[in-house]
Amino acid sequence: MTQRFRLPEGGLIDRAKPLGFRFDGTRYQGYAGDSLASALLANGVHLVGRSFKYHRPRGIFSAGAEEPNALVQLGAGARSDANMRATQVDLVDGLTAASQNCWPSLGFDLGAINNQLSRFLPAGFYYKTFMWPAALWMRYEWVIRHAAGMGKVPDARDPDHYDKTYAHCDVLVAGAGPAGLAAALAASETGARVILAEQDGELGGALLGLDETIDGAPARDWVAAARAELEARESVTILTRTTVYGYFDHNFLGLLERVTDHLAEKPARLPRHRLWKLRAKQVVLATGAIERPLVFSDNDRPGIMLAGACQAYVNRYAVKPGSKAVVFTNNDGAYGAALDLAAAGIEIAAIVDLRPDPEGPATERAEAAGLPVLAGHAIIGTRGDQRVDQVRIARISADGASIVGGAGEGAAQTIDCDLVAVSGGWSPTVHLFSQSRGKIRFDAELGCFLPGDAAQATHLAGACNGAFGLASCLQTGFEAGAQAAKAAGLKPGKRRRKIQKAPEASDDGFLPARWTWLVPSDRPLGQGGKHFVDLQNDVTAADLKLALREGYRSVEHVKRYTTTGMGTDQGKTGNVNAIAIIAETQGRPIPEVGVTTFRPPYTAVTFGAFAGRDIEDLLDATRRTPIHAWHQRNGAVFEDVGQWKRPWYYPKASESMHDAVNREVKAVRSSLGVVDATTLGKIDIQGKDAAEFLNRMYTNAWSKLEVGKCRYGLMLGEDGMVMDDGVTARLGEHHYLMTTTTGNAAPVFGHLEEFLQTEWPELEVRLTSVTEQFATVSLAGPNARRLLAELTQDIELSANALPHMGLARGRVAGIPARVFRVSFTGEMSFEINVRASYGLALWQAVMTAGEKYDITPYGTEAMHVLRAEKGFIIVGQETDGSVTPLDLGMDWILSKNKDFIGKRSLTRPDMLKPDRKQLVGLLTEDPAEVLPEGAQLVETVLAKPPMVMVGHVSSSYHSPNLERSFALAMIKGGRGKMGQRVFAPLQGGKTLACTITGPVFLDPEGERLRG
Amino acid sequence: MVEAYLRQSALAHLGLEGRGAGARGAAGVAMSERPHRGIVNLRLDPGNAEAMAALKAAFGFALPAAANTSAGNTDTIALWLGPDEWWLVVPGPEPEAGPALAEKLRAALSGHFAAVTEVGESRTCIRVAGPRARALLQKGCPLDFHPRAFVAGACAQSILAKAAVTFHLFADESAAQAGAEGPVFDVYVARSFAEYLWAWLEDAGAEYDVAVVA
Repeated sequence: MTQRFRLPEGGLIDRAKPLGFRFDGTRYQGYAGDSLASALLANGVHLVGRSFKYHRPRGIFSAGAEEPNALVQLGAGARSDANMRATQVDLVDGLTAASQNCWPSLGFDLGAINNQLSRFLPAGFYYKTFMWPAALWMRYEWVIRHAAGMGKVPDARDPDHYDKTYAHCDVLVAGAGPAGLAAALAASETGARVILAEQDGELGGALLGLDETIDGAPARDWVAAARAELEARESVTILTRTTVYGYFDHNFLGLLERVTDHLAEKPARLPRHRLWKLRAKQVVLATGAIERPLVFSDNDRPGIMLAGACQAYVNRYAVKPGSKAVVFTNNDGAYGAALDLAAAGIEIAAIVDLRPDPEGPATERAEAAGLPVLAGHAIIGTRGDQRVDQVRIARISADGASIVGGAGEGAAQTIDCDLVAVSGGWSPTVHLFSQSRGKIRFDAELGCFLPGDAAQATHLAGACNGAFGLASCLQTGFEAGAQAAKAAGLKPGKRRRKIQKAPEASDDGFLPARWTWLVPSDRPLGQGGKHFVDLQNDVTAADLKLALREGYRSVEHVKRYTTTGMGTDQGKTGNVNAIAIIAETQGRPIPEVGVTTFRPPYTAVTFGAFAGRDIEDLLDATRRTPIHAWHQRNGAVFEDVGQWKRPWYYPKASESMHDAVNREVKAVRSSLGVVDATTLGKIDIQGKDAAEFLNRMYTNAWSKLEVGKCRYGLMLGEDGMVMDDGVTARLGEHHYLMTTTTGNAAPVFGHLEEFLQTEWPELEVRLTSVTEQFATVSLAGPNARRLLAELTQDIELSANALPHMGLARGRVAGIPARVFRVSFTGEMSFEINVRASYGLALWQAVMTAGEKYDITPYGTEAMHVLRAEKGFIIVGQETDGSVTPLDLGMDWILSKNKDFIGKRSLTRPDMLKPDRKQLVGLLTEDPAEVLPEGAQLVETVLAKPPMVMVGHVSSSYHSPNLERSFALAMIKGGRGKMGQRVFAPLQGGKTLACTITGPVFLDPEGERLRG
Repeated sequence: MVEAYLRQSALAHLGLEGRGAGARGAAGVAMSERPHRGIVNLRLDPGNAEAMAALKAAFGFALPAAANTSAGNTDTIALWLGPDEWWLVVPGPEPEAGPALAEKLRAALSGHFAAVTEVGESRTCIRVAGPRARALLQKGCPLDFHPRAFVAGACAQSILAKAAVTFHLFADESAAQAGAEGPVFDVYVARSFAEYLWAWLEDAGAEYDVAVVA
């Protein structure tokens, strides 16, 4: 396919590298260095999409990030992206793209009927029409969204991988146009660590699309020299195809680097995108400016483009965006574009200038070149179905509000053309500055919003701060870069070079200009033509005025009601015009109307980049005990306990979970079980005040605990609620080892440290977490002592030498160990602690020696059944942050002789109410039924909810030892209701009747664990 | 003396030694597990001049006083963790290194208020070295890993991905790893997190090419 609109020479494209691509199924060719938009234009393709609401034909409007129209679906299948700006898509060989928002085809779109019906689709149409009945909204929404459509989501999971990194620098320079390059040069001159981020694949910014000179040579030469200089500096990082998308607090910025999108062959080892989480000491914003369109009747047809974009297509891409152009402007800058278009062989049919007396440096050059100028005129209408083919032009009145000669065709002349190059002035790209909470102010002369006071360590350079001339860009760039480096603490001097002085260049801005925000037509606004303000969301000037007539005052409300500026382009081209038209209509000055909020991201960021590698197995950290590999090999099913992976149960060949748990529970009661208890939190406590510290943190007393003995402790929050429990051993005179529940290890450690550091710094106590220092293998069952005796020679295991709650040191299976005789199952139980690296060896030794007792490894589920049979609570299961020791019937553990955290709270009247929920046991009348945990309990069953709830089931299991189901529950005044019936009405209509009992179901005297 | 072969490092089941047998080539990052170090956590008031002097006499160097710095000799390394907290590390894998180190500290600090706690078993060390080591660690940690900010000899406690870690950058690269180019970081991580962190490092380092070294 020939590129009919490619200029024979020039541009920054590589004609030696032709690239094939498809758009809507048709094959085209472009060159390396093209954007998708420039390649389409080179092939004469202007119609690229349909508008959001009216489905009007739309073409390529800009050449950059501001593009509102040319949004395409890129790629196919799993590798597909919607709403990609064709102007920013690098052309790669084999690229496929499709237009969006049209059906059945781009050329013939049924949805275009909306354009004919537009009188019935005013601003707020959806709000007004679909408000009622509310129940139908879900259906309306589906239809509306289907009709509106903004591309398609991929049809499979994303096959690419993404990267994230933190980063730091002295100076971040956002934007690598002339100002940004100058700032990077000046900042790095001092040796500062500089990151230069540029959204384009090339450095140079606006210079890429302009035919300018610097120091008498082509500006591109200066760009190349600047790049070479920067690359040679070790402290500079240049990031191209990298958008600074967000400017957050404390000079924290988000950058999105597109690493492989522009490569036809994508190396598998490289991520597709990389998210940079950057902390910059100083920031230089050199983000440039975005050209504004003019708001005139039917200003949206394909072939109507921003003047500067036309210039960029000619100069950078060597593409003719048309053959015969009308330039429509309110300022001097567009004359430069007209000259460049003319030089490229595009006929300039007319320069239509709103200004009655056009003047300015470019105006003079254009007039000298003989380009036809229609001063004081306006385009008042356009024609053309899928591409503009004619404009109507009329003289406008002195106040700019109407056309001279009034309504009717007579006043207008027509000009045939296939390109309209529009310039309504320039809007500095203040997005990042505003995101950083910097103040924005309106500049009446420049007709735009400029940065005011900065809120952070921010410096400004170039057009984003109103310095529109090239020389000013360079000058302010050098100044801002040097200032930023200095503010970052770097000293200038050592490497001072002549480059610190800005080079010579012209300094033309775009002034003078005439601010006619709403270009009049020969027809009343909203009739017979549309003055588009927001091209992407199809918002017209008439819509804005309607919103104001309907009573919306605030710009934020008008924005939401009309949706102006709420498309994916965030109103980059339309917002200032919208604000000015609102101001004009309300008769208020623009600063009084204010601006809508600029929100991150500046342009869209892939979700994949935020996810990075935090997916699948790396979504969260998983913690494994030293014995994990054994559990895995032996078929354990794991349960997540916090981040820990704990064996839940160990099913044999064909066992169900129920069967496996029953077998494990029985084995512990009848012979011998073993559990990996490594995950319990362990805190080493040293210092002469350790006992006093424990006294204050636990509800019970610790002063009299002997060395070599253990004690169960209960810890409360200051609110008196149960926070944690566990066994603490006294290892030495001033040395204790506290255990915590698995899930609470870190919070308890933090709780202890907080009180130690902030409340009682005078205590001589120091804490160290030793959770992972030890592997813990816990033997439980009638044969536990027998097995342990076989494995140790130097530990005396008799009931006298090592009683319940005793502690011994010695060797087990040849490994130095501490043995705690403590029990969570109600069986005789020994917790063997060894250094973590010996954990697996100990476990294997225990398993081998235990074969004769049919030793059975058991998981957390069996452990829960075993402890519940004994009525032992689990913090977080029986308790939920609103349960006191009194509720649990644990008055015995509350010391009356000392103070402890939570004690005063326990005397609050509410804590002593007789109808608080209390821990009880629960037996279903049908022993085969297992209550669901969490089931609500009632005393009187009604036909349907609501019913008066008296409590809930906290733990519920089948017990092979009891040969029936049993449960623990929290029931209002439960201890006074022994033997009473309660009911659990379940989902699905079934109701289970139960009887309230005590919470201990097995061995209430504790014979089994003492023995 | 307990049999050393009974010990299992946190990453032993990954068979890293077998993987490390191959040639290193042009990898940007070299990683290995350096397990079984003797580590003792020390809590001591730095204003206790007598105790500080006793330690200097016992170990031959003073505990580092500046935040996030290290000190030491070939036998023992001291890492500053907090205003009154240090790690003393014995790099060798001898099973009794940790207990012996703790005993030495307790003896030197006899009569002073201090907490001496062995923690070596609770950690393993992943060595991350090579020309792209800084870039790799930077991906998962908000600290600044630039050579100007994270200088030779520095240490720091922070996070790497979702694991709490202690970083130590060797002052003398050649001593740390003969033949290695680029900085040599020791990343200490709780052993339960080790497999997760190793997998994360291999994934994040893939673009630089990760060599597993013995």
